Amino acid sequence: MTQNQGLHSTEPPIMTAGTMPRPKKPEEPAVRRRRAGRFGQLARRFAGNKPALAGGVLLFVILVVTMGAPLFAPYTPEQINIADRLSGPTPAHWLGTDALGRDTLSRLLFGGQVSLAASALSVAIATLIGLPLGILAGYVGRGPDWLLNRASDILMTFPALVLTIAIIAVVGPGLTTAMISLGIVYSARLFRVIRSATLVVRQEVYIEASISIGTPGRTILLRRILPNVLPPLLIQISFLLASALLAEVTISLLGLGALPPTASWGSMLGQAFAEIRGTPSLAVFPGIAIALATLSFNLVGDGLRDSFGRATRKAEG
Amino acid sequence: MTGTEPSGSLLSIEDLRIDFVTDRGWVNVLNGVSFDIGKNEIVVLVGESGSGKTVTSLSVLGLVPRAHSRKTSGHIWYDGKDLTELPIGELRDIRGNEISMIFQEPMTSLNPAFTVGDQIAEAYRRHRGGKKKAALARAAEMLDLVGIPNAAARLRDYPHEFSGGMRQRAMIAMALICEPRLLIADEPTTALDVTVQAQIVELLIRLRDETGCGILFITHDLGVVAELADKVVVMYAGEVVETSVARDLYIQPKHPYTEGLLAAMPQQGVRGEELPTIPGRTPEPWSMPSGCRFGPRCSHAVEECGKAVIPLSVVDNGRSCRCCRSGDLALGGVR
Amino acid sequence: MLRLLGARLLTMVPLLLVVSFLIYGLIALVPGGPETALAGSNPTPEKLAMVREQLGLNEPFLVQYWNWFSAAVQGDLGKSFVNGQSVWSAIAGGFPVTLSLVILTLLIAAVLGLGLGLAAALRPGSWIDRTATVIASLFMSLPYFWVGMMLVLVFAIDLRVLPAIGYVPFAQSPTDWFLHLITPAFALAIVPVAVVARQTRAAVTGVMTEDYVRTAEAKGLRPVRLVGKHVLKNAAVPVVTAFGVEANRLIGATVVMEQLFALPGVGKLTYFSVFSRDFPMVQGILLITAILIMFVNLAVDLSYGYFNPKIKAT
Repeated sequence: MTQNQGLHSTEPPIMTAGTMPRPKKPEEPAVRRRRAGRFGQLARRFAGNKPALAGGVLLFVILVVTMGAPLFAPYTPEQINIADRLSGPTPAHWLGTDALGRDTLSRLLFGGQVSLAASALSVAIATLIGLPLGILAGYVGRGPDWLLNRASDILMTFPALVLTIAIIAVVGPGLTTAMISLGIVYSARLFRVIRSATLVVRQEVYIEASISIGTPGRTILLRRILPNVLPPLLIQISFLLASALLAEVTISLLGLGALPPTASWGSMLGQAFAEIRGTPSLAVFPGIAIALATLSFNLVGDGLRDSFGRATRKAEG
Repeated sequence: MTGTEPSGSLLSIEDLRIDFVTDRGWVNVLNGVSFDIGKNEIVVLVGESGSGKTVTSLSVLGLVPRAHSRKTSGHIWYDGKDLTELPIGELRDIRGNEISMIFQEPMTSLNPAFTVGDQIAEAYRRHRGGKKKAALARAAEMLDLVGIPNAAARLRDYPHEFSGGMRQRAMIAMALICEPRLLIADEPTTALDVTVQAQIVELLIRLRDETGCGILFITHDLGVVAELADKVVVMYAGEVVETSVARDLYIQPKHPYTEGLLAAMPQQGVRGEELPTIPGRTPEPWSMPSGCRFGPRCSHAVEECGKAVIPLSVVDNGRSCRCCRSGDLALGGVR
Repeated sequence: MLRLLGARLLTMVPLLLVVSFLIYGLIALVPGGPETALAGSNPTPEKLAMVREQLGLNEPFLVQYWNWFSAAVQGDLGKSFVNGQSVWSAIAGGFPVTLSLVILTLLIAAVLGLGLGLAAALRPGSWIDRTATVIASLFMSLPYFWVGMMLVLVFAIDLRVLPAIGYVPFAQSPTDWFLHLITPAFALAIVPVAVVARQTRAAVTGVMTEDYVRTAEAKGLRPVRLVGKHVLKNAAVPVVTAFGVEANRLIGATVVMEQLFALPGVGKLTYFSVFSRDFPMVQGILLITAILIMFVNLAVDLSYGYFNPKIKAT
């Protein structure tokens, strides 16, 4: 059955088809070209987006109070005080104490350093692997593309958490090894996003043109590909930070990550569940901290996605 | 809301005014549209993009998006009822049953996820009930009627297995399966190849003769429908500018805009010469010229045209025209 | 359809071979070799050599892999390092628990996620839409295990209406089975609910502007049928994709939930095996998980052909 009928209309020049009063999706170019002031425009759009701005401010506050923990924390995180153990919120301990009488607020602030640094580590590793390989696969295509795609298929055959703890089974527990393994697992996700974004740029005519004039590969990479790969990369990094934070918490909660006496949000939650009947505050506050941090990453990610617009979302898929 | 239904006609649109909400607030898109469709009559509604012809056709079945539009006056009389004031449940009983509609894009107007037979039979079961098998048998009859060979087997095809012309035939079969009294066809041939256009027009004439339904045919191209129309209603910028029996209108248009439309028909072109076009474009709803809305584009315009609102007035034997010079202009029709 | 299924099953074979090879190879990376896990805390060289001999570790690596894989194909995944139990029967024993949990979770996600997404999509910009969007954003950010703890705190400790932890098989008491699973399932469902609601809203909003929806409206269809039939089937592909991704993620999340709620499923078994360095068990679990996920992906892919007949044709 032929399908070509109806694809072109036979209208006379002055008259176009009747207007339909229904909203249609706007058509946008597949790749945004670099314009002067593009990032300024972006920042304005991001700031105009209330949830995104709230997420950014929240993230900033969380970073300041955790990184400034030595300044803000009323106690040191390892300071044991058996007399005051398992207390709820009191004037001396605003958020209560744990089974060893350690101050929950102080442990939350110092633990945040550990948890956030751990998730940053795994996302950094995922970026170091996923970004260059994604550009390589998307730009070179052919054999490397095929091979790298199969590799990411294989990594994606396992749930990230299951694969990470399987690696821990082999190399032994510990937060650093856990986060490095997680970074390797996440690199497959980042790889796919970067690869498809590169593919879109590559197909753009102007790249073909630059190749034919003999522009050196490095210029193409820096001037053409990186600017177009950056939006999906930043969006993915925000969402991956949220996932990695959750994974750190999970792994430490299971006792496979941060080991005592180091406080992390995950290890605090892990110890808290045993005491939940007597001292529920022990479980409540770390959870709120985790939720706020995750929310801020997600809001920033959503905001970036909205600010970069439709074109990026296409590249992501 | 008061008013009475004019007798003798199947559908009567009376002083219909509709506003749309846009970035600039509410704007008027239909400004007092009135015309009748008689039983067994084919009325062609013609106009450029932005003339309001599609909005007019969609308002009959209440398909104008409610959230973005409002009626400020007017009635659409059908069978003693004002369709614009009818509760939505009663309107749904009329849709696809007594009045049905086909659309411009046969490629996208059928649901890609269901078979053609299922979609045709669905209209029948909605209004007539009964078993699915009986409805499918009826759907096969309809496909056969609209000229699709091997109809019973093609019921199981999905829309992507049909060509554009066949899809429009399937749409017509779907629209006619409940034997409606009125079929509204919104540019049903625009997206089709020229040869297929003619076939669809012939099919509609044959179906009118066989089933006796009235047809409201919306188009921008007077050439396609020359042999189809009993009556022509010409719209421009949200207003009716001329209504006439088809033959008279083709021979001697009364409104300069109609003259322009006739001259732009590809059939009127002289080989090797460019088709004449009407200069300029339809005004946007928020920047309507004062006086005659066609005035700025009209080659016959005089100072008087821009002064006062021109009413639609009756000229000879039942024709009406919205032009202050319709008495003294002698305009050219088809050659 | 059958041919497509056959073709897809065939393409799974090489993937499965590579994945199983990597799973087995993972153990070769154990510092000191897997025998260290069996030889006790202060092994003598003689003891280590003996264990190596028992485990067949003196064979070339490829031979070792082949022995393991060919046995696995016949349903023999080896024996636990810890208690000598058959790996296969240990996994099979925990499987109904994990399956119950995952299915209940997906059911909650389907009902709440689709409901929330549809309600939002059918009244875009309304208070329902805005509320649903905020709920989805919040749910997306809540740690599921913490939600589980909070639910235990409220419903088991304060209100005493639900059991805190533990498991009762369905065959023993369907009511108790449900009551023990509902808290962890609800906690696990919050992120899938948010994801499914978002996808549903986006997909349905898009489909609602399609021409064929107007055609269905012009036929006189009532809203329930219009949305239930014409809109949902066309909006299904991204929603089903989201379900597939969430099912994959859920398998990981059960490890934590089963540990917290003392549910004797595969997740708890995974945790125990990792902690006790029970390598045959870890290998077996990884292999079964990979196969399960391949089948989930296959089911999602095949569903595309049903929801969009055009895909099947190409």
